[in-house]
Amino acid sequence: MSLLIHLVWTFALLSILAVGGGTAVLPEMQTILAHQFGIDHTQFVHIYSIGQLAPSPNMLMVLVIGYQIAGLIGAGVVLLSFFLPSSLMCFYMGRLWNRFGESPWRRTIQNALEPTSIGLMCSGVYAVAKASVVSSITLALALTTLYLILRTKINPVLVILGSGGLGALLMFYLN
Amino acid sequence: MSSQLLGNVRQANSPGLRDLFIQFLTIGAVSFGGGIIAYERILLVEKRQWLSADEFMAYLAIGQTMPGLNSVNMAVLAGDHLRGVLGAIVATLGLILPGSIFVLGIGLIYVNTADHPSINLILGGIAAAATGLLAAITYKIGDAHWRHVKSLAIIIFTFILMSIFKLALPYVILIMAPISIYLYRPIKSQ
Repeated sequence: MSLLIHLVWTFALLSILAVGGGTAVLPEMQTILAHQFGIDHTQFVHIYSIGQLAPSPNMLMVLVIGYQIAGLIGAGVVLLSFFLPSSLMCFYMGRLWNRFGESPWRRTIQNALEPTSIGLMCSGVYAVAKASVVSSITLALALTTLYLILRTKINPVLVILGSGGLGALLMFYLN
Repeated sequence: MSSQLLGNVRQANSPGLRDLFIQFLTIGAVSFGGGIIAYERILLVEKRQWLSADEFMAYLAIGQTMPGLNSVNMAVLAGDHLRGVLGAIVATLGLILPGSIFVLGIGLIYVNTADHPSINLILGGIAAAATGLLAAITYKIGDAHWRHVKSLAIIIFTFILMSIFKLALPYVILIMAPISIYLYRPIKSQ
């Protein structure tokens, strides 16, 4: 029971802090999960990658984290705690917005939050990279993906699946 | 406001809860590889014209300013706009249901076969690509901020606090939010 409460508290806090989307809380999530729930960085990156393969918002991978920690109940608890608080805030903000309309401070807050959340996203990239870019092969795969996503219109899921297959073959035969 | 005056007119254009659910469910099911906001725009503004382009942009801005995922926030706001509280709930559930099932399905396999060498090799390649993808998305979302000195300073300082000094996220936000808001404070015209 205390484990579930701990999960609720952890993911509700992450939800409220997820300004600019889920990626901003990735490093924090990774740290908390490693220190308090025993999910190591490699497991975390694997679960994160599963989220990238799925349709719908990729942060739904928190379900797998919940499942890993406390089974199906854990998955449900994490889903609610991660999506409900931010959605409620957004809901009420939307209603307030319709009442008050444009204000120069709204623009200010958005301008100010954007670079902060991009900085946090950079930390997210760094956190995920530290756990996933562990050899010259994985570095090459990461850079190739970066290039393909920026320069072509290819669907990211195909790139990721291709990288999974190619990576497995290369690592199997070269190591 | 004019949008409230138009409220009665728009009723004719407002969807049933079931329709709303199915439309968002479809987006949730087909949006492999991200870009959900684009799918939402096609549905809301172009296909069904439930929102004007202006309303969509306003909701996108709110969704980006508030915590939470932009795509989920858009479902909340558009659902509320179209059908009130129930609309918000129905649209959000529709959006996340297919992915939840998908992710749980693969997650079950992963959790129960973890440490199988060949699965770990595949996941290693997938994780490397996911990192590249995340870097690409971060670069794209950063857009004009990379060339803007004030923004770039905030980005770098935030990164240092989080990744080098390893402060907890609430402290990073408590430090960075006031500084950034001060830097971007409204400039009084006259």
